[in-house]
Amino acid sequence: MKIAVLLKQTFDTEAIISLDSNGQINRQGINLIINPYDEFAIEEALRIKEKHGGEVTIISVGPPEIQDAVFQALAMGADKAVMVTDDALAGTDEYGIALVISKVLGNQEFDLLLSGWRAIDDGSAQVALRVAEILGLPHVNVVTRLEIEEGKATATREIEGGYEVIEVPLPALITAQKGLNEPRYPTMKGIMQARKKPIKKLSLDELGLDTAKIHPKVKTTSYFLPTPKPEGKIIPGGPAEAARELCRLMREEAKVI
Amino acid sequence: MAKGIWIFAEHREGKIKKLTYELLSAGRKIAEKTGEEVSALLFGKGISGLVDSLGKYGADKVYLADNEKLAKYTTDFYGKMLSELAKKNQPSVILLGCTVLGRDLAARVAQKLNTGLISDSIGLELNNGQLTFVRPIYAGKAFAKVVCPEARPIMATIRPNVFVPGQPQAGRRAEVVTVPVNLEKSDLRQIIKDVIMRSSTRPELTEAKIIVSGGRGMKGPENFKILEELADVLGAAVGASRAAVDSGWIDHSFQVGQTGKTVAPTLYIACGISGSTMHLAGMSSSKYIVAINNDPDANIFKVADYGIVGDLFEVVPVLTEECKKLLATQ
Repeated sequence: MKIAVLLKQTFDTEAIISLDSNGQINRQGINLIINPYDEFAIEEALRIKEKHGGEVTIISVGPPEIQDAVFQALAMGADKAVMVTDDALAGTDEYGIALVISKVLGNQEFDLLLSGWRAIDDGSAQVALRVAEILGLPHVNVVTRLEIEEGKATATREIEGGYEVIEVPLPALITAQKGLNEPRYPTMKGIMQARKKPIKKLSLDELGLDTAKIHPKVKTTSYFLPTPKPEGKIIPGGPAEAARELCRLMREEAKVI
Repeated sequence: MAKGIWIFAEHREGKIKKLTYELLSAGRKIAEKTGEEVSALLFGKGISGLVDSLGKYGADKVYLADNEKLAKYTTDFYGKMLSELAKKNQPSVILLGCTVLGRDLAARVAQKLNTGLISDSIGLELNNGQLTFVRPIYAGKAFAKVVCPEARPIMATIRPNVFVPGQPQAGRRAEVVTVPVNLEKSDLRQIIKDVIMRSSTRPELTEAKIIVSGGRGMKGPENFKILEELADVLGAAVGASRAAVDSGWIDHSFQVGQTGKTVAPTLYIACGISGSTMHLAGMSSSKYIVAINNDPDANIFKVADYGIVGDLFEVVPVLTEECKKLLATQ
């Protein structure tokens, strides 16, 4: 079973977001982590490999710093990685990134493609599905349980108000949701082994892509931060008294109940 | 030339979802400036009865595909239908709800149409003919203004509870265009084996107007019952912080926050939630926030409109009783 996992590096979940003097998102002093949903994807890939045998390849696109995230995935137990870093990637959108990833995958043999269902930074949740579309793969999105057998994937996915169990033939894309598994931590042994694992680094040129091909379809014109809220009202009094007053305020002042 | 504002209509159990009316309202807002027609796409089985309400809420035209093969949503069938319709009719804008279905369909269709997609929009502006969408990034810790300058159609998914549905106009009718359904079994790769619905009468978290949420202060799974009682009185959904989910007290599908659901209800009642950056990211765009926590220094009070410093096990039951009394006398 050959499994490819799409990995994105994101800001730490506790990161405080600010804008720099150019109005761009300030990256200074921010801890970078593997997108938490992609960790579920890596863990699932490792479990499938442990059960069925095979090989796990990590694929990541981004600035050179992504090497830390890629290394961590290798330390968790992935076998090898492909990294695409290129200055020309700055300003690309989901369309461009998906094109780059599908070029990489087009040169690889794989039975299963795994990814987090969304990244916690842009939250746009479309790159993996676009990749599946370009490669003509079926997908199951937002999956909390996955079984692989005899050339098919049976996946339980979240829908509004419940769950749906869907079967698709392999190769397919599965996107991971929280609940799928508990990602493991890299062990000391894993970290030592990771140093010897192959990381292939590619530029757009080497993939046969140029900037014109990954020209973004959508563009961010500006960023802004939420306006801080005015200080709220602490309701005094004992529990019963405060609860009664809160009820009155929600009704008469805020008019929300 | 691309023309027309399309909205994808979602329905459930024989009823148009409220979000669809919100999309129609967003579509009309664009149409007012561009003078284009607003069309609703209605796919499903046995759904022709839903056309009327789409007209009343602002659709000029309804593309109706009523077929057994569309009885349940599948990416392949719905994706093929929508992309082929769009290729043929060249709309300038397609809006979908930011729902499980909308997200799933939009990304694949955007790729089929070689166009951009702006996910999870919470606002739109039309300046000098350029449609600009506002979307949260870092789960609402910042916002981006995004445009799709050249590619058409412009596609976007719109979050629930952002646009207010228009008033239905009696007698307003949409023109119905029956869409031929040429779907082959070989076009379909997803086989739906089972659908398990939670037997809850409460609204879905992402669509709820009111959310009652619990955190570490709930102390155990059994205590969520007191939040459920308040939720039922208010017609609210129940939510939870990561601390409560990671402690195994409640299923992760209830988690609100950066690694859970992002919500924007009218009222968010946070009980025993300290207010980590991650949690605030998921709920701080709620219109009114109530915090009940026994720690006066808890972060949650910084974003709360109303706060009670006290034991939630004493406060919440009284609140439930008071709200019950109040709502009974209205």
